[in-house]
Amino acid sequence: MSTKSKSIESKTDFNQDERLKKVSKLRLLLNRPELGALGGAILVFIFFGIVAGDTGMFSAYGVLNFLDVSANLGIIAIAAAMLMIGGEFDLSIGSMIGFAGICIAIPAIYWGWPLWMSIIFAFSMAVLVGYFNGILVVRTGLPSFIVTLAMLFILRGATLAITRLITGRTQVPGLRVLIEDDPLAWIFATDTFKWIFTWLGSMNLITLRTDGTPLATGIPPSVIWFIVLAIFSTWILMKTRYGNWIFASGGDKNGANNVGVPVGRVKISLFIGTAVAATIFATIQVLDAGSADTMRGTLKELEAIAAAVVGGCLLTGGYGSAIGAAFGALIFGTVSMGIFYTDVDTDWFKVFLGAMMLIAVIFNNFIRRKVTESK
Amino acid sequence: MSEYLVQFNNISKFFGKVIALKDVTMKLKKGEIMCLLGDNGAGKSTLIKTLAGVHKPDEGEIIVEGKKTIFDSPKDALDMGIATVYQDLALVSLMSITRNFFMGREPMKGPLIFKTFDIEKANKIAAERMGQIGIDVRDPSQAVGTMSGGERQCLAISRAIYFGAKVLVLDEPTSALGVHQASVVLKYIVKAAAQGLAVILITHNVHHAYPVGNSFTVLNRGKSLGTYPKKDITREKLLSMMAGGEELNKLEVELQEMNRSSAN
Repeated sequence: MSTKSKSIESKTDFNQDERLKKVSKLRLLLNRPELGALGGAILVFIFFGIVAGDTGMFSAYGVLNFLDVSANLGIIAIAAAMLMIGGEFDLSIGSMIGFAGICIAIPAIYWGWPLWMSIIFAFSMAVLVGYFNGILVVRTGLPSFIVTLAMLFILRGATLAITRLITGRTQVPGLRVLIEDDPLAWIFATDTFKWIFTWLGSMNLITLRTDGTPLATGIPPSVIWFIVLAIFSTWILMKTRYGNWIFASGGDKNGANNVGVPVGRVKISLFIGTAVAATIFATIQVLDAGSADTMRGTLKELEAIAAAVVGGCLLTGGYGSAIGAAFGALIFGTVSMGIFYTDVDTDWFKVFLGAMMLIAVIFNNFIRRKVTESK
Repeated sequence: MSEYLVQFNNISKFFGKVIALKDVTMKLKKGEIMCLLGDNGAGKSTLIKTLAGVHKPDEGEIIVEGKKTIFDSPKDALDMGIATVYQDLALVSLMSITRNFFMGREPMKGPLIFKTFDIEKANKIAAERMGQIGIDVRDPSQAVGTMSGGERQCLAISRAIYFGAKVLVLDEPTSALGVHQASVVLKYIVKAAAQGLAVILITHNVHHAYPVGNSFTVLNRGKSLGTYPKKDITREKLLSMMAGGEELNKLEVELQEMNRSSAN
């Protein structure tokens, strides 16, 4: 008898404990900034699963297609999110993409540089542009919105003017032949895990071309970069001192300064981060297309910011997540490609993008109020 | 070795032709709470910034533990153990208690290149420290924004003490708080002093200062009106000194005259 009652007692104790834990875990989850984007992504997949489940959108080829688009946006969205958490904007991301493309193409094609040197040159320019953006914002105290808006025009204009001056046109083709045997370009231009697709093809599990090779040949480099950046950025935010400084710099610049956080250096490094991310984006695209276009990346800065906002970043800084931005990018990429598989006119994509962002901002605002209100 | 933990002797500070501070002297022993009282514009902010190392005094000397020192920067003051808690508290309301507690001074673990923020250790210390003040933190990862004003003030003070403050300079710690919250903070300040810290409590609220202070310095128009141990001065006397008692008396006379003339 006694043993029985004891066991019941301990069982109820255990249950209570378990329940407490569950509640706190749920609350923990609700407090995470990426929750909205995660939910949104799940809804988007359910939606397309229903309306486009049998159209080939979710074939290997289709999945890689929308993953590639999401990943490209995600690379810059993650960097934009980090900067937004640090309390600043970068509107020059799109122009930086165009500028970086030209920085690779002109030296490689017109000056005879090896491709790897051109790529390093482009990244060096990105660091310079980012540093310049950052130092201008930190030193003048002007809103980064204005400073980087100016940089948006300056970079785009310079890209056009320089390209036309040197080449007489606005596009620089002919890069594809240079990729082979280049010691650096493969990082930005190689499809990986090809064996998986070859194997799946041999098992007749995925669609094959008429010559017997699979339609989807491998994971595009953008997806690998995207995943690596998402993990790396999340690790920085959650696990490092620098991550704490990013939150602090964006949350309260003066407070952070008063306790010894080098706010200026943190912000400058984040501006360098967005410019470098834009250059990764540009390098992947330029090598994929084999040509650079002066107009490449137009309006990408706004899409990146939209993805970051959907991912839970506050426009006022100090709150957000890199994973959230990654989900935000996944939502946009999936919808922008998925819409082709439905009967909906693709013109509606921008409407969706805008509505999504509006909902996200309202949701984030509510969360912020909940987090900051006193007992 | 001097009997005083910290001495500010004849501190003066000029901004161009403006005399912001003139010959202000304050001496604190361990465990002492000195209240610095003054109305708006009395020079409190300038004095705080001088104590904190933001301004360099133009005249006078600062002696910490018997040694004459010059603060070139706020960091110098901090290194000497003089910690200033400003009104804005340097807390980020969107960040967790732990992340705020260790902001700028995060404990690290791991090998050289892969050093990471030791969040478990930080959580433990933060919860422990908040527990000591009597604030039960169920979850140190909850945002500071969810805490009350008094709790935030206590967190900022507790942080300063944890990072080695010997002298606490508190800028209006109770001004934004209700009666109950203010008393919680004041209690904590007394407790901190009892542990051997010297506290400079800057306030314009005599009712908050009088119960906790050991001595009182009244500042008026940049000059010290003197320092009085508690036994030598009453609350009413302090009030009238601070408000510029003469001025209020004059005002009363003037008002009476106005009444009389309007009655006529």
